[in-house]
Amino acid sequence: MVPRPYSVRKTQRETADTFTLELVPQDGGPAMTFAPGQINMLYAFGVGEVPISISGDPAKPATLVHTIREVGAVTRAMRNLKPSHGLGVRGPYGSGWPVAAARGADVLIVAGGIGLAPLRPALYQLIAARQDYGRVVLLYGTRTPEDILFRRELQQWNSRFDLDVHVTVDRATGDWRGNVGVVTSLIPRAPFDPESTVAMVCGPEIMMRFTVQELQKRGVAPESIYLSMERNMKCAVGFCGHCQFGPTFICKDGPIFRYDRLQPLLAIREI
Amino acid sequence: MEDLKNILTTHPFFAGMRPEHLQLLVGCASNVRFDAGKFILREGEEANEFYLLRHGKVALEVYGPARGPVNIQTLGEGDILGWSWLVPPYRWKFDARVVEMTRAIALDGKCLRQKSETDCQLGYELLKRFSQVMVDHLQAARLQLLNVYDAH
Repeated sequence: MVPRPYSVRKTQRETADTFTLELVPQDGGPAMTFAPGQINMLYAFGVGEVPISISGDPAKPATLVHTIREVGAVTRAMRNLKPSHGLGVRGPYGSGWPVAAARGADVLIVAGGIGLAPLRPALYQLIAARQDYGRVVLLYGTRTPEDILFRRELQQWNSRFDLDVHVTVDRATGDWRGNVGVVTSLIPRAPFDPESTVAMVCGPEIMMRFTVQELQKRGVAPESIYLSMERNMKCAVGFCGHCQFGPTFICKDGPIFRYDRLQPLLAIREI
Repeated sequence: MEDLKNILTTHPFFAGMRPEHLQLLVGCASNVRFDAGKFILREGEEANEFYLLRHGKVALEVYGPARGPVNIQTLGEGDILGWSWLVPPYRWKFDARVVEMTRAIALDGKCLRQKSETDCQLGYELLKRFSQVMVDHLQAARLQLLNVYDAH
């Protein structure tokens, strides 16, 4: 439960309100290994602690990477961190994306907004073992072109012949010539075999609910759809109950859940 | 014609329609192609057809004096373009500009409108299908309006 001290090695501004921190352990000890989809509790000393998904490459654990959206005091403090500044890290916690289990199948990744950050580690693993999968399709939606995350990487992925990358924005601005429309509108045309596809979905919960509807319309089975859920989190080790979601805890049973297990809970507004 | 017949009779949008109605649709259909940058339809013009997009990309746009053309939705392969032909005053509400060379099947909406006045079953079948298109677009528009990506 004690945060391990890390130093900021590099900061990178991604969009107007989102930034990436690259961290290294201050004690020179072993790097943190993690599964794609897992989270860490990041502690801005003197300010507070928040759960943030790991957004780096699991194959390169020497540098711990987190992409963070500034939404309050703690994340604002993290945004003001400079190289060599410190913060605390606890983790990794939670379940990961079913990257290994998806071998042999098509993989459909649907990301909304900052939801691309927790999915990026999964994409790194899929690309590293590309020959083990069928079609790999990334559908990414965000509010405006200015909110597109990891733009350079998206362009690199889009230039590959063995990846299908489709980006859309809710609202076109400037000289945007790309797709306009909600990310769910990309699903009917996406090139994957519904009967042999594992779908990994991360984004605002409303977006994920509508995404699941479209996936099921295409014929993807509920047990082949995985969502990354989010609730307030404090202890991250299943004691405090803040992240309780029905009979589950997001911190230890999630954040990645199979949709067929989640379906009855999503309809209950009280949780 | 044979090719159009095959396309329309197997197109998911027309699945379940009676053979005589499908035959009528074939008679009202034609293959069309639009180069990038061209407009398929313009705001305010008479709306007398609709399109099954088979290939390419089309931007639905609205023009404002300060902002110029604003893309509000992108349509592509498999999408249906145009429903103002069904609803008075039968005028297009937006521009549809071709982003990537587009091939489509154009259907004579004016003819189908007139036929539907006497053949109510045809009218009902068309309205059922276009209702779903409208619902899908409304749902998408609502999601866009919700601004789901805002921090909460």
